[in-house]
Amino acid sequence: MDTKEIIKPENRVYGKSPVLTDVVMHYCPGCSHGVIHKLIAEVIEEMGIQEKTIGVSPVGCAVFAYNYLHIDWQQAAHGRAPAVATATKRLYPDKYVFTYQGDGDLAAIGTAETIHACNRGENIVIIFINNAIYGMTGGQMSPLTLEGQVTATTPLGRRADLNGYPLKITDLVAQLEGTCYVTRQSVQNAGAVRKAKKAIRKAFENSAGGKGTSFIEMVSSCNSGWKLTPVAANRWMEENLFPFYPIGDLKDK
Amino acid sequence: MAEKILLKGNEAIAIAAIRCGCDGYFSYPITPQSEIMETLMDERPWETTGMVVLQAESEVASINMLYGGASCGKKVMTSSSSPGISLMCEGLSYLAGAELPCLVVNVVRGGPGLGSIQASQADYFQAVKGGGHGDYRLIVLAPSSVQEMYDCVDLSFELAFKYRNPAMILADGVIGQMMEKVELREEKRRLTDAEIATLYGSWATTGKPANRKGNVITSLAMDSEVHEKFNLKLLEKYRQINEHEVRFEKVACDDAEHLIVAYGSCARICEKAVELAREEGIKVGLLRPITLYPYPSKAIDEMTAQLKDILAVEMSAGQMVEDVRLAVNGKIPVAHFGRIGGIIPTPEEVVAALKNRIQ
Repeated sequence: MDTKEIIKPENRVYGKSPVLTDVVMHYCPGCSHGVIHKLIAEVIEEMGIQEKTIGVSPVGCAVFAYNYLHIDWQQAAHGRAPAVATATKRLYPDKYVFTYQGDGDLAAIGTAETIHACNRGENIVIIFINNAIYGMTGGQMSPLTLEGQVTATTPLGRRADLNGYPLKITDLVAQLEGTCYVTRQSVQNAGAVRKAKKAIRKAFENSAGGKGTSFIEMVSSCNSGWKLTPVAANRWMEENLFPFYPIGDLKDK
Repeated sequence: MAEKILLKGNEAIAIAAIRCGCDGYFSYPITPQSEIMETLMDERPWETTGMVVLQAESEVASINMLYGGASCGKKVMTSSSSPGISLMCEGLSYLAGAELPCLVVNVVRGGPGLGSIQASQADYFQAVKGGGHGDYRLIVLAPSSVQEMYDCVDLSFELAFKYRNPAMILADGVIGQMMEKVELREEKRRLTDAEIATLYGSWATTGKPANRKGNVITSLAMDSEVHEKFNLKLLEKYRQINEHEVRFEKVACDDAEHLIVAYGSCARICEKAVELAREEGIKVGLLRPITLYPYPSKAIDEMTAQLKDILAVEMSAGQMVEDVRLAVNGKIPVAHFGRIGGIIPTPEEVVAALKNRIQ
């Protein structure tokens, strides 16, 4: 069989979602962002909601998320995406509104906006990329950095007596009446990717059903920030982040 | 005859918002303007016009809710007072940078810090010169009566959408709290989602239809050349605003040899001061800027030929006076008289300051 034969439409078993743009992603090879973007694009495509979806991008590596998905986007100030999404959803109740935020954005500078949007039960989806570090600014400590983890601002490792403890914000959010679905997922292998996609789909469906806030933590790797190869970064994530941030549903009502 | 009712300045803002077709109000309570949200909650416009009213967890949240709402092409507003506006400055910079139309009402109280809850005009610099980071401007309107509080809401939205720029009503505790008769203007209905998509679909995030590219609301430009071009575009917009949107009122200026420049509640006091001074034979007039940005610099400069001097009267340590000085550029002396700390100057004090200046 020659190439022309192989690329015939009827032989197609997998393709890039048309919701994804052709822009080359700026993410580092090995980073989890690209896979998660792809999953969101596929869910939007499969649900047929491209014309009804509005994304809110953060400050951090994913600030340019708006370059990669063919939908309307709002780029929020650092940490404020849940407030921005709140108004958007309330003013357009028939739209699907999601935020895409990192751990510095969501759990440090934006803690108040996160907690209150979730507590009000805003019918939005929050996709929370936790790589336990500030990626874009060069690998500084984030609230979710583990004890002992070396970062640019904790060169000897995070010390609880100096830097406080890692913030399990997802556990906190699960306690709030306003959230309907709180889960922790990852995308380091095929099985995890399939589960993560299911979670994203469920979250988007929830937001249409007026059930409250859906919150998905994606435990992710930042091999550049962690100074590891992509393979070693995934291994480090499984060995160190997963025990502290266990994968699975925290709440599903 | 149009209906007239007795309203507080703050209540007038709320009623005007509902009646001019505002889509959303997001705010955090703070004295001396909490009646705006209280009135809206009491009126329950979500049951009539469908307007969204939401009490936010902070001013930081409310200004970012505005960012979301304005991104949607909706008519959205917030209100606060001085310390709350300081918290909003990051958001104001983002709104200006993303060229989003919206309305922010600042019922100014004394500062710095927690300051006082009394009326003040000490946030002029913050409103007119920036407050947040970057080369940006707000369109700033300064009502001096409760009727003008009402009318400025619709006007602010009109200007904000005309130029895709945030607008601010810079009031103060006196205008916010005092009661006057207000003529209710003809009601405007809210735009439908379809109308918004038609009118603002070229930039607003209304949900991307199949036949257009995704809209992105952002103020980010990594390339310096692109960013300079964007800033130059903003500057051109501000130049247009300066050319077309200056608003002011002149009182007893025809034969004036001396001029008082004052805005907001201070202008009301100065009107009386002009009356008193003229009874004593002092030929003084009043110029009241209604827009603080754009500032009526040209109108002031054009009067310098007939004037001996200018007195700027403000409830601040001297902020707007700097713009008066820039306007006359050294041609005639410009002095400042102000009371601070929440003290409202009396007309007699203004006349005394005027005489002091003349002597």
